[in-house]
Amino acid sequence: MDVLLLSRLQFAFTTFVHFIFVPLTLGLSILVAYMEFKWVRTGELVYKRMAKFWGKLFLINFALGVVTGIALEFQFGTNWSRYSAYVGDIFGSLLAIEATLAFFLESTFLAVWVFGWDRISPKLHNASIWLVALAASVSAFWILMANGWMQNPSGYIINGNRAELESFAALVTNPFAWQQFLHVIFSAYVLSGFFVLGISAWHLARKSNVDFFQRSFRIAAPFTLVFALALVVQGHHHGSTVAKYQPAKLAAMESHWDTMTRAPQYLFAIPDPANERNLVELLPVPGGLSMLAYHSFDSEVRGLKDFPKEDRPPVMMTFISFRTMVGLGFLFPALAAWVWIRRKDPQSSPLLLRILPWIIPLPYIAIQLGWIVAEMGRQPWIVNGLMRTEDAFSAGISVGQVAFSLTLFVMIYALLVALNVFLLSYHGRKGPKSQKDKSDDIQAEAVGLRTDAIPA
Amino acid sequence: MLETTWFILWGVLWAVYFALDGYDLGLGTLMPFLARDDRDRRIMYNAAGPFWDGNQVWLITAGGVTFAAFPATYAALFSGMYTALMLLLFALILRGISFEFRRKVDSDAWRRVFDGFHIVGSFLPALLLGVAFANIFQGIPLNADGVNEGGILNLLNPYGLLGGVLFVLMFTLHGALWLGVKAEGPIADRAAAMAEKLWMVLVFTVILFLVMTAFATNLFVNYVNNPVLFVILLVAVGGLLSARAALGKRSMVKAWASSAVAIISVTLFGVVGLFPALLPSTIDPAYSMTIANSASSPLTLKIMLGVTLVFIPLVIVYQSWLHVTFGHKIKDEHLEYEEAY
Repeated sequence: MDVLLLSRLQFAFTTFVHFIFVPLTLGLSILVAYMEFKWVRTGELVYKRMAKFWGKLFLINFALGVVTGIALEFQFGTNWSRYSAYVGDIFGSLLAIEATLAFFLESTFLAVWVFGWDRISPKLHNASIWLVALAASVSAFWILMANGWMQNPSGYIINGNRAELESFAALVTNPFAWQQFLHVIFSAYVLSGFFVLGISAWHLARKSNVDFFQRSFRIAAPFTLVFALALVVQGHHHGSTVAKYQPAKLAAMESHWDTMTRAPQYLFAIPDPANERNLVELLPVPGGLSMLAYHSFDSEVRGLKDFPKEDRPPVMMTFISFRTMVGLGFLFPALAAWVWIRRKDPQSSPLLLRILPWIIPLPYIAIQLGWIVAEMGRQPWIVNGLMRTEDAFSAGISVGQVAFSLTLFVMIYALLVALNVFLLSYHGRKGPKSQKDKSDDIQAEAVGLRTDAIPA
Repeated sequence: MLETTWFILWGVLWAVYFALDGYDLGLGTLMPFLARDDRDRRIMYNAAGPFWDGNQVWLITAGGVTFAAFPATYAALFSGMYTALMLLLFALILRGISFEFRRKVDSDAWRRVFDGFHIVGSFLPALLLGVAFANIFQGIPLNADGVNEGGILNLLNPYGLLGGVLFVLMFTLHGALWLGVKAEGPIADRAAAMAEKLWMVLVFTVILFLVMTAFATNLFVNYVNNPVLFVILLVAVGGLLSARAALGKRSMVKAWASSAVAIISVTLFGVVGLFPALLPSTIDPAYSMTIANSASSPLTLKIMLGVTLVFIPLVIVYQSWLHVTFGHKIKDEHLEYEEAY
């Protein structure tokens, strides 16, 4: 065990756990904002109860996203100080912009939303949660510009012993980073859609709060379908940008060893990295890989053997993660289409209602696998082509220090994940409050909304 | 000039962070001393309720700006204070979840666990931030490569520890005064009485800290060379005196604002004394992290300055609005509120 390995383990672990909480924040904020918008527009109290119920689940998850996010910012300095000194001019400024533009807005207006139900007008109140949703996306944008720069550095010059900004425009128009941003938010929306569908289905199968969960189901159904379909199309384009800017990563994703034109796509393959080949290759689609990567059957796809061994990413993990992610990525639109067909009367398909709660973990798994492809597929580089991971870790820290912090991270994060799962399922199963309270009337009267539309 | 502007902004961001998060960290630290029952505790949680998360963002921004504007300092400082920062992080995690989760399950045992997290998670950051900044003022044994050569316990020197005590006292006084703003009845009286005691101890500690600063650090060099800078110390003293006077009249908003001024000027006193270093080396002044050898490129500094000058005033506007909108006294109806902590 050395400082490099422990620091990598620690960063990987803390990022994975952080990203358990992030996607739901991105997507559920939009759904909650839309539900409250329906209340403000129609005055039907069921929509307000929906915003409150799903909002409570949002809040449980949000708090964990915040506290685990600070851990990542700190670690660039604590564990990756040589990286920080080398790229701070560019990477650090993107993080600082993220905090200034997004985190203040998000935290402040979330507080306004949580505590402001009877202190500000419903319209302003609804505007605050829209601002939270906007801020979450703004935050995703800047952090993915930062990560996208590590994947495909652009707009920089090397000056002495560090990278310096040359063009801010090139930095924020980085095509790779944009694809990553879209991929992250679309997948987050799909995850959030299935989250709402799964919990709604659980209640509908038990006939509890039927009207409430039917409406939730109906709101989530088109949202999920649209983004599940968009994700497939966008995911394909994202793959093309990987082919263009990170050919070694693409070769590892596909376990593609020899450079060739008309490269086939094997529907089933088992890599054998030790012998630089695949043990099994079945069901080839001729020219399929060339087509997928470069939109032409005749284009040349570089194989792993084209790269020096020390520049190749780990093949097995990258390959398996990518395949599994793609498989799940095709499952989601199929399921979402089924959901959409049954959206008007979900109870007509007990099978669908039984399946959906079990689907909730799948987008989480797909997203984590996607990050394995993105980050492990970038190895051995911390900044693609510029700096190797082995040159980036902090010089002055000891194995004991990192072992100590990693141990505490594992203990505390295990507690956080357990709390998250427990509280989400506890409050998710409990369902909404069934009684209307007196503040409902006060708030509704304040803006001339109906107060009688709540079903018993 | 650009570097100097960023140096000032760097100091101001940390100072504002201390003045804001300071009161909720102080409130959490005081919980075992001021709260007698669950209702008291809930008043204390809700006094920080809508604000603590937004206050904490100033830490993320101050950290982010250190990274963006002075990357080499960020690298040397964060890796050089590894264990202290990890403990700070774990404490802030426990504090964050204590707010959000305490009321999510109706059980006394559950609440006791999160109250424990809350107190530890508030006290430790106050202490660690004080230890860290006193060590920044004093310098750490940085070598030519920007690596801290001291062991992991080198931060726990007498001056560093005194800095920790100073921050705990500043933050708890600040928190007690904020509780005076937000609460009424017996708990508000206890908060004011506590603030009076804390003020006495704080004044004594500030004097001791200034005396030790003269021996343990080089901060006073800039002041001796430019005596006009002593104004910063005068403002700090003025803030402390005005806080005490307002507290005597139970004019709590004014007392809290004066305490905020005192925290900001105590921080700036140290930062201005550091100039042009951000992290002095005790091995050789040539190894210190300064604005000259650790600043980002002029282009990055300019873009960041633009972002800061546009958005930070906006943040100040909406965070002030937040404090005004939710600055009311906490009453029973607020504790019955569904989303209350």
